[in-house]
Amino acid sequence: MELAHKIFVAPFWEMSGAPDLFLQVLWEGFVAGTLYSLIALGFVLIFKASGVFNFAQGIMVVFGALSLVGLHQLGVPAWVALALCIGIMFVLAWTVERVVLRPLVNQPDIILFMATIGLSSFLIGLGEFIFGGEPKTMITAELGLPSGAIDFAVAGGFVSLQKIDIAAAVMSAVLVTVLAVFFHKTRIGRALRAVADDHQAAMSVGITLQQIWVIVWFAAGIVALATGIMWGARSDVSFALEIVALKALPVLILGGFTSIPGAIVGGLIIGITEKLAEFYWGPLVGGSIETWIPYFIALLFLWFRPQGLFGEKIIERV
Amino acid sequence: MKLAKLTLGIAVGAMASTGIAMTSAPGAYAAETLYIPLLTYRTGAYAGSGTPVANGMHDYLTMLNERDGGIGGIKITIEECETGYKASKGVECYESTKGKGALVYNPYSTGITLQLIPKAPEDKIPVLSMGYGLSAAAVGEKFPWTFNAPATYWGQASAIIKYIKAQEKGALKGKKIGFIYLDVGYGREPLPIFEALSKEMGFTFIKIPVAGKEMQNQSSQWLQVRKHRPDWMIMWGWGSMNPTAIKEAAKIKFPMDKFIGVWWSGGDDDARPAGKAAIGYKSVNFHGTGANYPAMQDIIKHVVSKGKSQVKDVSKVGENLYNRGVMNSVVMAEAIRNAQKITGKKNITGEDMRKGLETLNITAARLKEIGLEGFTNPMKITCNDHSGGHPMYIQKWNGKNWERASDWITPMKDKVRALLEAAANKYVADKKGWKTQKCS
Repeated sequence: MELAHKIFVAPFWEMSGAPDLFLQVLWEGFVAGTLYSLIALGFVLIFKASGVFNFAQGIMVVFGALSLVGLHQLGVPAWVALALCIGIMFVLAWTVERVVLRPLVNQPDIILFMATIGLSSFLIGLGEFIFGGEPKTMITAELGLPSGAIDFAVAGGFVSLQKIDIAAAVMSAVLVTVLAVFFHKTRIGRALRAVADDHQAAMSVGITLQQIWVIVWFAAGIVALATGIMWGARSDVSFALEIVALKALPVLILGGFTSIPGAIVGGLIIGITEKLAEFYWGPLVGGSIETWIPYFIALLFLWFRPQGLFGEKIIERV
Repeated sequence: MKLAKLTLGIAVGAMASTGIAMTSAPGAYAAETLYIPLLTYRTGAYAGSGTPVANGMHDYLTMLNERDGGIGGIKITIEECETGYKASKGVECYESTKGKGALVYNPYSTGITLQLIPKAPEDKIPVLSMGYGLSAAAVGEKFPWTFNAPATYWGQASAIIKYIKAQEKGALKGKKIGFIYLDVGYGREPLPIFEALSKEMGFTFIKIPVAGKEMQNQSSQWLQVRKHRPDWMIMWGWGSMNPTAIKEAAKIKFPMDKFIGVWWSGGDDDARPAGKAAIGYKSVNFHGTGANYPAMQDIIKHVVSKGKSQVKDVSKVGENLYNRGVMNSVVMAEAIRNAQKITGKKNITGEDMRKGLETLNITAARLKEIGLEGFTNPMKITCNDHSGGHPMYIQKWNGKNWERASDWITPMKDKVRALLEAAANKYVADKKGWKTQKCS
C-alpha cells in the first residue's frame, strides 16, 4: 500500500506542491527532447534514402564539433570556421558516397549497416589522430550564442531558462522545419522518397541515386554539426558526445525510422518523459533510470504500433 | 576490387584509431631494462581525464631516462596500452604485457584494479592504485600485492567531512550533504564511509547517481539537488561528468564554494569550460600544481621542448592531472630505487618491486633531492598500511588555475581503519585460498 502511494500518489502531490520545479523539469525535458529530435533526424534522413541505420551518426556529431573548435584553435575566426565545417561535412558526404556507398549499391541492408560501423571506427581514429582525445570548450561566445539565464518567479519559487537552451530549442525547431519542407516540398525531396521506396525503380526513372545520397549525408552532417555545437555548449566537446547521440535509438523506435514528424514527436516524448521519470520516480529505485526508461517507453509504444508512431506499415505478400 | 578498397579504408581507420596509443616501446626488451607498462586511456569518453595523467606519468619516466640514463644506471622501458577505461580492455593489456617483465601496474580505473587484485599475487607483480581502487587494499596484511597510497577513497571522504565540519563550526547535526557520483565501482566506493559518518555525526546524506551514459546529460540530477537543497555537495566524477556537473551546478545557482570534488574531479579541463561560473569550485588534492619545481622544469627541458612528449602545449605541464601523473611516476621511481637498494640488484623483478613499495619512505629531504620540495607530504608505506592515510588539502578554482584553500587535512584514521579492516576481512573470507602476510 505504501509502495502504491509512493508510485501513484506522492509524485503528483509533489508536482502540485512545487509547480516551479515541475515546470523546470518540463523545460529541461523539452530542451533535451528537441536535441534528441535533431539527432534522430540525422538517422531518419539516411534511413529514408538508403534503408540503412547509420551507426556513424554519433561520431559525426563529435567530428563536426571537434572540427569547429579545432579550426578556431588554429586561429580561424569562428564564423569562417563554421563555414569551413559545413564544407568538411560536404566533403565527408561526398567521400562516403564514393568510397563506401557506391560500391555497395544493391547489396543487402546489413552490408551497408556494417559499412557504417567501419566508417564510425574510421572517424573515431581520424578524429583522435587530428584533434587528440582531450576535451575542448565549445566556442559559444565567439559564435554569438547567448549566455546567462532568464528567471521567472512561479508560485514562490523560480523557473530558470538558460539562454543557450532557448537558442538550442529555437535552432532545432528552425532546422527541423527547413529540412522537413526541403524534403517534402522540393523535387529532391520527392526523389528522396522514391529512392527510399525502391533504389532500382528510382534509378529507372532517371533519379541519380549517388546525388541523393550525397545530399542526405550532407544534410545529416549539418544536423550532426548543429547537435555538436549545442550539446557541446551544455557540456564540453569530447568523444563522450557520441554516447549522447545514441539517445536517438529509442526516439527512432518510438517515432519510426522513416518519419520526420516521428523523429520530432518521438524526441519530445522521450525527452520530457525521461526527465519526469528520473526526477519524480527515479529516487524510488535509487536513481539513474534515465538510461533505460526511454527504451521502456519505446517498447510500450511498440506494443500498440509495431511500426512506430509515424512509421509506415509494411505489408508483405507471401 | 571495390570491396577490397572499402576493406582497406576501414583497416586504415582502425589502425588510426589504435595507433594513437602506440608508443616507442620495442617488441622485445633488452635483459637490462626496467619495464613499466602504463595502462592509459587517451581515447574514448574518459580521455579528457586520462590524457593529462598519461602524459604526466610518461614524461617523468622519460625525463629520468633522458637526464639520468634511467634509474640506478638502467634505462626504463615505457609501454602504454590503451584501455579506454574499460575493465575488459584493461585485463587484455595486463595479460599481453605481464610476460615482458612488468614491474608494476597502474590500472587508472577502479574497475580494472578490482580485476587485477587477484592476479597480482599469482603473477607476482604489484598493483599500485595511487589514491583510487579498493579502499580495503590499504590493509597490507590482507593485500600484500596492492598499494593505494597516499590515501584511500574512504580516507579522502573522511577528510572532506572533516573539512566541512570545520567550515560549519564543528557541528554537522541537521545539515544536508549531497553526493553526486558516477554510478560505477569507482563512484560507489566511498558510500560505506559516508553512510557510517552520516549516522555517527547526524547529517543527512543524499545520494544522486549519474549513469555513465548520462554523464553529459545531468539536468535531472541537478534538479534533485535543487529540490533537496543540501548545504554541501560532494562529487565523485570522472571524464566529461565533471565539467557537465560544474555547469549544471552553476545553472541551479548552487554556491560553488560549497561544492567539493574528489581529487579526480579537480582537472583544469573540468573547471575551465564553465568559465567564470566555476570560480570558487573546490576539489581535494595531495600534491602541488604548477611547474615551479626543479623536476618539472627538467621535464620541460629534457622531454617536452625536445618533442619527446605527447604534450604539444607547454602550459599543460603543471596542470593538476598532469602533475598527478608525475606524482604517480615519482612513487614508482622511488620504489624502484628502494628495491634496488634493498636487494642490491639493479635489474629488479616484480617481487623486488613489491618489497620496494612496502618499505617506501619518501622524506622531505628526499623530495628536495629529486627537485620536488614541498610538492607533496612525505610519504611512508608499511607492511601493515599500504595507504598510509597521508594528509591532503582543499584547493579552489580561481578562474585560471587552482589555489590552496586549506591546510593539510589528515583523514579520520581511527574511524576509517576499523572499517577498512572489516572490509578486508570480508574480502578475504569470500576468496578461498587467498594468501595473506604477517606484519610484525
